[in-house]
Amino acid sequence: MELKSNIPDGPLEKKWDKYRFDMKLVNPANKRKYSVIVVGSGLAGGAGAASLAELGYNVSCFCYQDSPRRAHSIAAQGGINASKNYQNDGDSIQRLFYDTIKGGDFRAREANVYRLAQVSSNIIDQCVAQGVPFGREYGGTLGNRSFGGAQVSRTFYSRGQTGQQLLLGAYQALERQISLGNVKMHSRHEMLEVVLVDGRARGIVTRDMITGAIESHVADAVILATGGYANVFYLSTNAAGCNTTAIWRAYKKGAAFANPCYTQIHPTCIPVTGDHQSKLTLMSESLRNDGRIWVPLKKGDKRAPGDVPEAERDYYLERKYPSYGNLAPRDIASRAAKQVCDEGRGVGETGLGVYLDLADSIKRLGEGTIRERYGNLCDMYERITDENPYKVPMRIFPAAHYVMGGLWVDYNLMSTIPGLHVAGEANFSDHGANRLGASALMQGLADGYFVLPYTIGNYLASTKQAKVDTSHAAFKDAEAAVATRVKKLIAVKGHRTVDSFHRELGKIMWEYCGMGRTREGLKTALQKIPVLREEFWKNLTVVGGNDEINQTLEKAGRIADFLELGELICLDALEREESCGGHFREEYQTPEGEALRNDEKFCHVAAWEYAGEGKTPIRNVEPLVFENVHLTQRSYK
Amino acid sequence: MRLTLTVWRQKDAKSEGKFVTYDAPDISPDMSFLEMLDVVNQRLIEKAEDPIAFDHDCREGICGMCGIVVNGNPHGPRRGTTSCQLHMRSFKDGDAITLEPWRATPFPVLKDLIVDRSSFDRIIMAGGFITVPTGNAPDGNAILVPKDCAERSMDAAACIGCGACAAACPNGSAMLFVAAKISHLALLPQGQPERYDRVLSMVAQMDEEGFGTCTNHGECSRACPKEIRQEFIAQLNRDFLWGSVFSRPKVAGGSGAG
Ligand SMILES: Cc1cc2nc3c(=O)[nH]c(=O)nc-3n(C[C@H](O)[C@H](O)[C@H](O)COP(=O)(O)OP(=O)(O)OC[C@H]3O[C@@H](n4cnc5c(N)ncnc54)[C@H](O)[C@@H]3O)c2cc1C
Ligand code: SF4
Ligand code: FES
Repeated sequence: MELKSNIPDGPLEKKWDKYRFDMKLVNPANKRKYSVIVVGSGLAGGAGAASLAELGYNVSCFCYQDSPRRAHSIAAQGGINASKNYQNDGDSIQRLFYDTIKGGDFRAREANVYRLAQVSSNIIDQCVAQGVPFGREYGGTLGNRSFGGAQVSRTFYSRGQTGQQLLLGAYQALERQISLGNVKMHSRHEMLEVVLVDGRARGIVTRDMITGAIESHVADAVILATGGYANVFYLSTNAAGCNTTAIWRAYKKGAAFANPCYTQIHPTCIPVTGDHQSKLTLMSESLRNDGRIWVPLKKGDKRAPGDVPEAERDYYLERKYPSYGNLAPRDIASRAAKQVCDEGRGVGETGLGVYLDLADSIKRLGEGTIRERYGNLCDMYERITDENPYKVPMRIFPAAHYVMGGLWVDYNLMSTIPGLHVAGEANFSDHGANRLGASALMQGLADGYFVLPYTIGNYLASTKQAKVDTSHAAFKDAEAAVATRVKKLIAVKGHRTVDSFHRELGKIMWEYCGMGRTREGLKTALQKIPVLREEFWKNLTVVGGNDEINQTLEKAGRIADFLELGELICLDALEREESCGGHFREEYQTPEGEALRNDEKFCHVAAWEYAGEGKTPIRNVEPLVFENVHLTQRSYK
Repeated sequence: MRLTLTVWRQKDAKSEGKFVTYDAPDISPDMSFLEMLDVVNQRLIEKAEDPIAFDHDCREGICGMCGIVVNGNPHGPRRGTTSCQLHMRSFKDGDAITLEPWRATPFPVLKDLIVDRSSFDRIIMAGGFITVPTGNAPDGNAILVPKDCAERSMDAAACIGCGACAAACPNGSAMLFVAAKISHLALLPQGQPERYDRVLSMVAQMDEEGFGTCTNHGECSRACPKEIRQEFIAQLNRDFLWGSVFSRPKVAGGSGAG
């Protein structure tokens, strides 16, 4: 498989301009003759579908929720980065670019990240114009806050609901295009197959989640913007329906899967309480602006937090990383929390927790100010734990949150299947081995508003395609494959519920492929997952049939795919014999316990190619070339 | 704890529904309401019985997908709380709990506790937006927005589109939902050009969907998980009146969307 990144030549700052000048254009009158399928209505899909429709293309958009407004982007709390330098604190495109590359532990493509930093400002402008109520200063200008991994204040926010407000902006633009007849929206439709004709992506097959009808949809280009797969860990901050199905089906049709093992464990989530738990709730990273993280110095100290005197507390992030302190990047903060818990200094009933303490800030600024800044987060915390965070320090623990891995794409955001584009969290994107806070919203909207509208046009203008419709054999075959798969799930008629399989898979992934990974552990996981998968297909129970709303059936299909993906994640983690960002191999660490990269052998993207049922996938490599930044050992000390 | 659940079961949109009672032992007070339903469903599946269908996704009170009428209250007994954020510690051992779907004509039941809320999307489609195609925006700080306007706009924009307001309203009115969107956009300078067309189109669509009229009962705000305030309905009414008197007749192509 050839991995051509198609990065325009020329100096870094000129590449995107050059691309836009060199690209082929579709004549305005011809645009409506082209159709584009967008799977996903989150920031990436919603913004992309609306913008392409505004240009005049015929767009169909799909989501599994009952409304496009409910995509999981809605849950993003903290904010979105942009290099506006409104604070006059030294920010620039160059600095945002550098912070993102460094934050990603030098495992992302320079050209893509630079483009992202370039368009970041346009995103804020667009969203303000749409009516996104960003936080403001008293003079009426836009406000900013700080996020981990940066020393400038460049994060724009709408209280603790930034994702919601950005998504509503994109959703409203999308609804406008629906009203104009430029977008046909298919809610409660799950994509279950990509269709290739003459080697190009020409459509998808979906299941109507109300009637069970299996339907084909044809187009000239297909975009997958289906979000992340952190639910492979069972417990995560993702929504219940977040899945890998769309990109996994594409992988099995020939799209390379890049860096699947780059998963992000977020340091500040509410700890697990029991086996019944179905999800973990994030406490925004912004809390680390005013919260100090600590554990008792002594092992097994069971005193109430208030009874532990100052001298017997270990503010371990401040101690280890004096210049970034509590704002150290996520991978580092998560690992540090795991370390102190492994040492037996964790807090709470399970010992899997650390304190995030607002007391000093309350003393300094008053409870009122803290309430104004984090009121909604504190309420959420209290609702879940029944504890008052203004009085008792919050208990937090890392949880699976985001995936940097995803389908491999070139500079056009096109996968290795011609015509199949991938945007947002679903692609392997711009975050390397670790994503900085407030950068996913930026990337999703950059892809949707400012990259795809150009690159899709270029693709359509430079490609000659035969007319096809859904009676084509490729569509009939894909429909049959979907129908067979659904039948197979129903026909197992065993004794174990889907959830129990999911939970067991999650436990394997968390234990062997979570915050600390070892050769031995990964090998164990690679033995356990296929056994579990085999049992799944022998002992699964799905009640009810296909021609109705059947939530167990929907879930079963998703878990079947997670059971395959989990194996690929572990394989990728095993092969990458270095530590970088969120991928920490315990064998490779510095004497101080920091991630130790191996640039000589692993300064590349690993893009996995499906080799057929039961065969080991092929590991292809795209070397990463750094011409503008100097590779260094990341230091936040 | 042990609970008795009386749940609305309905096979699909065409079938008649009925209440069915389930015994739910061994429920932990730390569970969320939906996790309690997960446990009940696991037990049903193990007995090869059809699990209770209910909508949910984020499970943290922001996507607006969940929505169960609990003992007659949309989203249950706690104020400012979605069904997914409700915890079993709000109940006690031995409680009998009734679970029903939203009840409002424009929200037909699809199965058990799941309803069709696409009418809300169509109301937004009718004008709940600002027309600004990608690439047309001036610098973010070019138009200053007083902090107070931004904050009030955000109060309204916090609506999650769950539909509890309409389910709680004795008239089945969607006024709070519509008012929240109208106010969100009307309070910002960017929302001014389409302000009056927007309110006329959205209200017309709300009527067309079959939602009732607002007679100021206030049940909507009490049920609203985001505590969207009644004052926004007053804002809508003012804008509607002004719009009806002064607006030009609508041009083909929808509310300023051409
Ligand atoms: C709790 C939380 C807080 C976060 N906070 C921040 C933050 O403060 N700042 C930041 O930058 N990032 C944050 N992130 C990350 C960020 O929100 C996501 O990475 C980003 O929103 C993903 O957007 P997306 O458009 O790629 O996918 P999503 O918004 O997840 O959308 C996926 C879409 O695809 C559809 N879909 C999926 N599968 C299928 C299928 N098989 N068939 C049909 N449709 C399908 C869904 O219906 C949905 O419409 C946060 C994430 C979480 C979970
Ligand atoms: S106004 Fe409140 S109750 Fe009504 S849809 Fe919005 S959030 Fe739900
Ligand atoms: S499930 Fe998202 S608001 Fe309840």
